[in-house]
Amino acid sequence: MPSLKDLKNRIESVKSTRKITKAMQMVAAAKLRRAQEAAEESRPYTERFNAVLAALAASVGEGGPKLLAGTGSDQVHLLVVMTAERGLCGGFNSNIARLAKQRIAQLQAQGKTVKILTVGKKGRDQLKREYGDLFVGHVDLTEVKRVGYKDAQGIARDILSRFDAGEFDVATIFFSKFVNVVTQEPTALQIIPASVEEGAGEDAGAGTVYDFEPDEDAILAELLPRGVATQIFSALLENGASEQGARMSAMDNATRNAGEMIDKLTIQFNRSRQAVITNELIEIISGAEAL
Amino acid sequence: MADSMQFDLVSPERSLASLQASAVLIPGAEGDMTVMPDHAPLITTLRPGIVRVEGPEGTSEYVVTSGFAEIRADSLSVLAEKAIPVDEMTRAHLDEMVAEARARYEAAQQATGEQPNLVDDAAKLLADMEALGDHIRI
Repeated sequence: MPSLKDLKNRIESVKSTRKITKAMQMVAAAKLRRAQEAAEESRPYTERFNAVLAALAASVGEGGPKLLAGTGSDQVHLLVVMTAERGLCGGFNSNIARLAKQRIAQLQAQGKTVKILTVGKKGRDQLKREYGDLFVGHVDLTEVKRVGYKDAQGIARDILSRFDAGEFDVATIFFSKFVNVVTQEPTALQIIPASVEEGAGEDAGAGTVYDFEPDEDAILAELLPRGVATQIFSALLENGASEQGARMSAMDNATRNAGEMIDKLTIQFNRSRQAVITNELIEIISGAEAL
Repeated sequence: MADSMQFDLVSPERSLASLQASAVLIPGAEGDMTVMPDHAPLITTLRPGIVRVEGPEGTSEYVVTSGFAEIRADSLSVLAEKAIPVDEMTRAHLDEMVAEARARYEAAQQATGEQPNLVDDAAKLLADMEALGDHIRI
């Protein structure tokens, strides 16, 4: 049975924990709104981009540059695992890492070679123990306060130069899609060769025959690397919003748990206080009776 | 004939303009062009330059760096890698853009072996950037 003073100290400490988780929840809520806005701002660009790409891909048909048609083999896979730089956001990082691990196991079972590029510290930490020898690189965004298109371009350039050097055949990005505050969906998306959604260009360009200036090939050659950057950028933004959402609900839970703990400890504290008083009374009464 | 078309200017980070325009001047890869309603469908890449939009509320100008434009009879979408309204353009922005172009030019010069075109392209990019600075006089 802990003493009264111990109980009091514990209650105090849980109370200050609750204050911290509450503050973190509110900070995450504010950041979440900003991250959501950023994700929404970028959506028109991504949508248009995909529509144009689909129209172009349709007019080029079979063949075309490697970024679209692939290298003709799928032996070496590059997995780009994008996670957060910080923890304390529930299962956010683990969910992405788990999806990546499943994919790695699956690919290795098929006898493919797997290479891993991580973006974000937490994913690297989780994958390093098991698959440390597969790592080819890591992108550090710790210093970046607000993800910009430039960061995405940097990552895209890194990936593209590896592709040009023939280091891999297929690239897939892993990130968390933001569904709503309580739901984030770990997602794998193939970016090289570009997966053009069937029908994405249908409503936009149904029956429209475009002229191209300079010509299809030159435009495609310029567009495809940009498509990689665009997809990475939107994945980074989705990830940012998901991270804040996950942190917000994790901290909400933590705050509620701390509240319950305080209630329980307070009851225990009061019971033992009463027990102490009762004990004292018994001592006094039995002392008086003895006289 | 319609006398206006839907004009959208978007960059990855934000959407800058969405309005009904009567004519838009864009810096196409093979020369500047003015797009008016009922233009033939066309997809073109862009040089760094100025997009001038004539809308219902007068003319507005935006500085864009590379990107592309999708033209249809009733709409024009400009997807620029980076777009800034001319009023917000500062010397610092320009310096940054020129420095970027110059870095690419120098990198291309060093790696000439395979594709000499790259150097020309980068040199053109740099020249475009500098011309842009002259044009808006900052």
